[in-house]
Amino acid sequence: MELLMSASSSQGSLIRGPRWLTAHALAVFAFLYLPIAILILYSFNGQGVGGFPPRDLTLNWYRILFSDAPIWDSVLNSLLVAAAAMLIALLFGIPAALALDRAQFPGKALFRRLVLLPLILPGIITGLSLLMLFRVAEVKLSLLTIVLGHGTALISVATTEVFAGLQKLNRAQEEASLDLGANHWQTFWRITVPNLKLSIIGAALLIFTLSMDEIAVSFFLIGRDNTLPLEIWGRLRRGITPEINAISTIIFLFSLVAIVFWYRLRTRAAPG
Amino acid sequence: MATTTEPAVATGTRPSSTSLLSIRSVAKHFGKNIVLRDISLEIAEGEFLTILGESGSGKTTLLRILAGFEQSTAGEVWMSGERLDTEPPYRRRVNTVFQSYALFPHMTLEQNVGYGLQIAKRPAAEIESRVAEALAKVKMSTYAKSKPSKISGGQQQRIALARALVNRPRLLLLDEPLSALDANLRRQMQVELKALQREVGITFIFVTHDQEEAMVMSDRIALLRSGELEQVASPREIYNRPATSYTAQFIGHTNLLHADISQGTATCGTLKWPTSLPDGTTLFSLRPECIRPVSAAPTSNATVRFSAALRDQAFHGATDLLRVESDGGLIFTIRTASRDLPEGPLEFEFSAADAIPVRATSLRSTSEERV
Amino acid sequence: MFSRAYRTAVTVPPLVWVAVFLLVPYMLMFCYSFWSVSESGTIVHSWNLDNYHELLTKPVYWETLLRSMWIAARVMFFSMLLGYPLAYFLSFHAGGRKDLYYQLVIIPLWVSYLVRAYAWKTILGTDGVLNTLLQYVHVTSHPLDFLLYSPFAVVLTLTHIYTPFTFLPIYAALEHIPRNLVEASHDLGATPAQTFWRVIFPLSIPGVLAGATFAFVLSLGDFLAPLLLGGPSGIMISNIVVSLFGAAYNWPLGAAISLCMLALVLALIFFSERLEKKWSFS
Repeated sequence: MELLMSASSSQGSLIRGPRWLTAHALAVFAFLYLPIAILILYSFNGQGVGGFPPRDLTLNWYRILFSDAPIWDSVLNSLLVAAAAMLIALLFGIPAALALDRAQFPGKALFRRLVLLPLILPGIITGLSLLMLFRVAEVKLSLLTIVLGHGTALISVATTEVFAGLQKLNRAQEEASLDLGANHWQTFWRITVPNLKLSIIGAALLIFTLSMDEIAVSFFLIGRDNTLPLEIWGRLRRGITPEINAISTIIFLFSLVAIVFWYRLRTRAAPG
Repeated sequence: MATTTEPAVATGTRPSSTSLLSIRSVAKHFGKNIVLRDISLEIAEGEFLTILGESGSGKTTLLRILAGFEQSTAGEVWMSGERLDTEPPYRRRVNTVFQSYALFPHMTLEQNVGYGLQIAKRPAAEIESRVAEALAKVKMSTYAKSKPSKISGGQQQRIALARALVNRPRLLLLDEPLSALDANLRRQMQVELKALQREVGITFIFVTHDQEEAMVMSDRIALLRSGELEQVASPREIYNRPATSYTAQFIGHTNLLHADISQGTATCGTLKWPTSLPDGTTLFSLRPECIRPVSAAPTSNATVRFSAALRDQAFHGATDLLRVESDGGLIFTIRTASRDLPEGPLEFEFSAADAIPVRATSLRSTSEERV
Repeated sequence: MFSRAYRTAVTVPPLVWVAVFLLVPYMLMFCYSFWSVSESGTIVHSWNLDNYHELLTKPVYWETLLRSMWIAARVMFFSMLLGYPLAYFLSFHAGGRKDLYYQLVIIPLWVSYLVRAYAWKTILGTDGVLNTLLQYVHVTSHPLDFLLYSPFAVVLTLTHIYTPFTFLPIYAALEHIPRNLVEASHDLGATPAQTFWRVIFPLSIPGVLAGATFAFVLSLGDFLAPLLLGGPSGIMISNIVVSLFGAAYNWPLGAAISLCMLALVLALIFFSERLEKKWSFS
């Protein structure tokens, strides 16, 4: 009945949105995309950064980029860290979501707060507190410490996504499985996990991307080897080089691919 | 094509013949989907009209067009001599009672009811008194300061009603307001709503799929089928003189007899009765209560008799609904006073006058058997 | 329904991890804040309140904290100004293209923070795109130097970063509002503007609070944007902490400031959640 609702804005209703609202939305989109557009544009600028309008369109910066070994080392490091962090976050985040959804235990409220805290806490606090831990435990800073830091911070992402997926899960399915003779372990793998597939993959993708871009926590836990953001950061401190535009454009393109992929995944599995 | 067996004045109602609302050839398409076709209807001042139809018949769409939430694809709506459908909903003197009540969760019931008056910038004292009056009329005065989440569905429904009526609209639209209530509450509300409408004298347009509800409450029923008006008439008229087979089947139970007419006699299987209709084939509608067990009174050729074997007997409290198979192989539904029936074949009869000829329109697949 | 073994299996590992990597570090931070650093640069584990005394008496800390809060407040305000109408537009006026626009808002979130901050740096510099453009079209005759290395640049960049973050919870809250409430309001005579202020906005407040808190808290603790774009006048409290863990080598003092920040953030989250609960009606 009222389901024939307000697609009315596109069906010809007597109520139209104010014009300034549309203009405002356009302006915000422009604001959000402008820097990215400029970045991409200037990565082809022969003059490097600055100057208007851009001249001497060239692929020079990309060529320089590709022969820049330290950058690619850091890319490799970032990929390793992201993969490891993703594993940790899922390994601990999925059970955490299950525990929050299904188990009652003393201190559950505190547990919930702690798990979700890194989501809203500035990265510096997470990073520094872990730094102090490693100092006291006399653990040398390295890619491992960065992995531990990312994992800790990103468990909250895994937990949130999987928890949301659990809320949507039809409890009756699991009950039916138990009723038909499967035990908890079997039910978990045959019923629960397949239903959570979408949430888990979404979480994995998100965690991987966030880890690749992470800098606030990594800043304090870095050893000898740089991750990509930290490598870029180091160069930025020394001055702007147009190469950065080039690598930034490449990062943007990868992000774009990742999100299109994620979007396709979501709409394919859950239409409507 | 719309079939209006209705002259300008509604029968059996208050003698008001001033037309309040004029719906002229209204049509509505959603892309390729035609939801309403060429609807024309005049609605009288102070009338209680029910738009009756199955889901998908377009009844809610029609209501939403009157409220202003949808715009018609073609046609016009006029109210009291002024064009209505070009106005946005907030400028119409029309109010709606929503199916899901749509009470504002962040306001008290008092504030909900007074919302329209607040918007109209009435003085505070006036708002207070009118709200109190409205709440009293729906018997919800003690809950004035509560929030919607704290009251039951039936109570929310009353508040939704009060919120609409307090603005004294010229027309009140009710979109299946009773469908979420359980059966007893529903019956009670039907009576109360009817009384309320009589009391305030406002024109009500009520949408429902429940034909019993429609018959209990309405001055007139507009039966909608697949976006077209099938019949518009008073409840009595629509029950006793259905115009089409669809109407006969949708409202109440019926038996449909497929008869061949030749020289003044209608023949259906082994049954014959006199008729004044021209030669050809015609559908006749025969209400179950018109078939009675054979009495000892002498028959004329206007009384049709048949014997039948009992196939099923359903207990309905005061009456029974019987399914019988006649000796000619026809299945009949018969309503009789509830009692135990003897074994063996039973004798039934009906008067020829009770077989009403109807136009054949597409039948829904129901429990009614087509003969 | 869930056996004890199952429940233990899902509860213990995350509990252990959280205890080791979240609870213990915070407790360590707490301890550090009461220690001091010796002349030779080693951490002395003697318990005292020196650090807190330092924080309370030296004005530089208060000033920086207040400046940071002012920057965070402006970021919160502007990202709300940008994010709310956008969310409203998407939710109520975007029709069938709603999903597409939503994805368009999310995409910048997936682009590296560093990349976006860097982009603003190239735009705002004296030799940057904006300045050369303005001179090119003869709006200005010489470069504007307040654009970069100023609080303005920090606010601008952080607003850019956090607008999608304020958009998300507001959009979710708006989507949650049943459309028949809007219709009911119109039916009762309220124009779209009146409907917005009386019905839609009040029901969206929890989303607004969530977004505002997020933007404020994360801006407050940000140190990267100030380092890149803030210049000497744009130093924020986290920058002080960073230097205390770096060149200025005073971990205990840094821990004290961090602890204060943590306390402040927790307090803000607490109050925000209380308010959200008060304003949630479903």
